[in-house]
Amino acid sequence: MRLSPDGLVFWQHGFIKLNGTIVFTWGIMLALTAGAILVTRKLSTDLKRSRWQNLLEIVVTGIVTQIAGVGLKHPEKYLGFLGTLFLFVAVAAAGTVIPGYEPPTGSLSTTAALALCVFVAVPLFGIEEQGVRGYLATYTKPTVIMLPFNIISELSRTLALAVRLFGNMMSGAMIIAILLTITPFIFPVVMTLLGLLTGMVQAYIFSILAAVYIAAAVRTHPAKAPGDVAKEKTTQPTKG
Amino acid sequence: MLLDWFTIAAQALNFLILVWLMKRFLYRPILQAIDTREKLIAKELAEAEAKRAEAKKERDDFQQRNEAFDRQRADLLSKAEAEVKVQRQQWLDAARQAADELTAKRQTALQTDARNLNEAILIRTRQEVFSIARKVLTDLATAKLEERMSEVFTRRLRELPADQKATLGDALKKSAEPAVVRTAFELATGSRAAIQNALNETFSAEIRVRFETAPDLVGGIELTAGGQLAGWNIAEYLADMEKRLAELLSAKAATVAQTMAPSPALKSA
Repeated sequence: MRLSPDGLVFWQHGFIKLNGTIVFTWGIMLALTAGAILVTRKLSTDLKRSRWQNLLEIVVTGIVTQIAGVGLKHPEKYLGFLGTLFLFVAVAAAGTVIPGYEPPTGSLSTTAALALCVFVAVPLFGIEEQGVRGYLATYTKPTVIMLPFNIISELSRTLALAVRLFGNMMSGAMIIAILLTITPFIFPVVMTLLGLLTGMVQAYIFSILAAVYIAAAVRTHPAKAPGDVAKEKTTQPTKG
Repeated sequence: MLLDWFTIAAQALNFLILVWLMKRFLYRPILQAIDTREKLIAKELAEAEAKRAEAKKERDDFQQRNEAFDRQRADLLSKAEAEVKVQRQQWLDAARQAADELTAKRQTALQTDARNLNEAILIRTRQEVFSIARKVLTDLATAKLEERMSEVFTRRLRELPADQKATLGDALKKSAEPAVVRTAFELATGSRAAIQNALNETFSAEIRVRFETAPDLVGGIELTAGGQLAGWNIAEYLADMEKRLAELLSAKAATVAQTMAPSPALKSA
């Protein structure tokens, strides 16, 4: 039994291979870009606008509001990274309504790649905001004793990000696949609906967590230990 | 194998590409559109606010102007009323005065007319009276009357006052020319002789006398000697009487003109 779309290999040459994960990701990229181009091709700047433009505006402003809600001062700056995380994960989950589709986020490779991107992006944003010294100094807060724990936290949360999304998406697809063999009618549909819901929740969790990590990294005033704040905020969404 | 490093790298690259694509085609245009719209809305709101303020200002302006206009109109109206009142009074006064003047003038004209008529009637009457008298006396005067007149003449000559008699006598005696006795009609010889006698007797001298006829005397007789005149004739009476009557009439006309002049009381009425 195939656990992830990684196993679906279309073409291989040495270690270079074109598996289902990459192909479905390309599909999502194509759909997102084409949709964005189609809608933004004739954007109206006055008071009357098309429904699709309205939808996209709601999505974009909603993401901006969420980023600002986390505590980032200039949400537009992080919109590209965080917004794309959310959209990619959400569209990947929503695509499960299409028969034969397998979400690329059900592959640990994809989620690991996304988690690695977050792992790299957080220090980059932090250094951009506070400088190399300032950012590195945050690892020794509140005391130098916390340095190893902070580093462990940094690594473990990246791992957690990757595994959490992979587990949720993979399990959703897996449950449907198993159920299809047991009760082919009705029940898989209900589970697909549940999978859509968990997919949306996971998209939200993933991007919000990334936002929280970035917010902790770019926080300049050392009143609170950034790691503590991050932990405080991470605990709440993961429970949900 | 759950983790495939090539796939991880490819997915990371895919994600970064997607980030760029989304930034390029989704976030930037949408945010720009929203910004533009917000600016537009803010601008329109500001414009609306400005227009409202302008409208309010214009309304206030208009109200003020309206009030000012009302006030001005009331002022003008009251002023015009006062002016009309004054003008009316003036015109009424002027009209009354003109009417008074006209009345006075007409009265004067009437008086003048009446006076003129009176005068004309008087003059005409006088002329008529004298013309009738003259005519009657001319008709009546004959040689007989002349004789009678010569008698009267001789009597009056004899009864002449002493001083007149002396003056006339001197004149008769000193004059180189003969005395002239003028009558309207040819005197009869008897009458001539009587006059000659009367003269001779009165002045106790031989008086040379020449008799002449003068019809304009109407009736009567006169004696001219050395610039002295003595006599008696109707024409003289008539002329004398006419002269006195004319004097009387002119005096009366003057009095009437004085009394008929417009009095101050009449003017102010």
